[in-house]
Amino acid sequence: MREFILADEAATQGIAQALATGVDGGLVMYLHGDLGAGKTTFARAFLRALGVGERVKSPTYSLVESYEFPGHVAWHLDLYRIADPGELEWLGLDALSDEAALVLVEWPERGAGALPTADVHLRLAHDGEGRRLRLESATKRGDRFLEGIK
Amino acid sequence: MGKLARLIGRAVNYSVSILQISKPVLGIETSCDETGVALLRWDRENPGRGLLSHELFSQVRLHAEYGGVVPELASRDHVRKLLPLVRKALADAGLGLSDLGGVAYTAGPGLVGALLVGGAAARAMAWALGIPAIGVHHMEGHLLAPLLEDDPPEPPFVALLVSGGHSMLVEVQGIGSYRILGDTLDDAAGEAFDKTAKMMGLPYPGGPALAKLAEQGRSGVYKFTRPMTDRPGFDFSFSGLKTQVLMAWKASDGSDQARADIARGFEEAIVDTLAIKCRRALAATGAGRLVIAGGVGANRRLRAQLAEAGAADGFRVYFPRLEFCTDNGAMIALAGAIRLAAGQHDDTLVVQPRWSLETLTAA
Repeated sequence: MREFILADEAATQGIAQALATGVDGGLVMYLHGDLGAGKTTFARAFLRALGVGERVKSPTYSLVESYEFPGHVAWHLDLYRIADPGELEWLGLDALSDEAALVLVEWPERGAGALPTADVHLRLAHDGEGRRLRLESATKRGDRFLEGIK
Repeated sequence: MGKLARLIGRAVNYSVSILQISKPVLGIETSCDETGVALLRWDRENPGRGLLSHELFSQVRLHAEYGGVVPELASRDHVRKLLPLVRKALADAGLGLSDLGGVAYTAGPGLVGALLVGGAAARAMAWALGIPAIGVHHMEGHLLAPLLEDDPPEPPFVALLVSGGHSMLVEVQGIGSYRILGDTLDDAAGEAFDKTAKMMGLPYPGGPALAKLAEQGRSGVYKFTRPMTDRPGFDFSFSGLKTQVLMAWKASDGSDQARADIARGFEEAIVDTLAIKCRRALAATGAGRLVIAGGVGANRRLRAQLAEAGAADGFRVYFPRLEFCTDNGAMIALAGAIRLAAGQHDDTLVVQPRWSLETLTAA
């Protein structure tokens, strides 16, 4: 497990850019944390660092946003508004099982049983004015991702 | 799901020979949360007059359909909601299926599974009845919805679409000719309202409750930034406001007055930002008309401030009824009827979860 203390939003963006250097092929990352903890800010900076462009909209209302960029397809999910994992049927989640897909999931506990297994758990929590970020691998692919971070 | 779309596309590949557009068009909206159905007879002079019925799932009770039991149907359970709604819309208009002249459905953007439910049902009905069907762009529906009002705005106009899912400024040059002037880089305006409310202890989604609270707040006690107004352009960014508000709330004494004052400061920041960008968009395009669509369009401070801006700058502001601002079937029936009347229709079911408004062509 790795832990980081992030003083402000710029620090969250900085760590996201650093972690993006570990992406080499598909990865499933669950983003845990309260409303306003910085999950979407992290995901936005992470995806931008991978080259998806400036506009990374919050998926809270659309539930899922997809991106294509050199060598990857990325999916950014926010299950905050999901009441029952059965509702995930409407999202076309079969595409997420693609080995090469990069999948970021906010509020993953609301999709329990209907989501691909997490390679990495990222936990964000308020810590004074800043945030605390914890990173934990759950699979061999997750281990490789953490080892690959430059 | 992509494969399914292609299979259905092949299965219902047929062509329609006769357009019967003097007859009512059935409109079906299933792109995200809401199931909406409407019947509209195309009336070039006054499109709103042609609206025969329109239904949203939340408005109807389905006792009869379910033998007296009203089940809790989840959001997005379009499969179970759609056909009872179609029957209700037909009954309200005093019509039967055989009276229909065409079917319009939302083909995107949206959730692929949700779009396929509406699209497959629409195409199946059209095929069985031997009438044309057409896939409609959800956002075109929103942009044309103001035409359902008496005294509708004539293009060209600028539309501000502000809701839980969108914060967009679009130049409507004519039907089918749209230019996106600005969009959000992160959170939508309505989403910022809902999440800020939640962080200050109001139940989610609490945007309208936050706006009510702001009425008791004092102006100027809390001042938040007006994001992206200090640089040229029409884009929005509301994500950073959440953290500003949270910090202010945590540093406050937690009293009701503090909460109301923060709500006031927050609402003023959002409304000022939207108004600044609207004025800029009208000045840049030279359009004399501004249309407000989307659920945030119900916000009283936004309405008042834009009306003032219009009086000062010399543009007219249109506020369509709220039922036509949020997702609904009437706007899909209207956009579909306009395109069917122009002789357009689709022969296959293709849904597009991602679909740029700017790729549309004139009707």
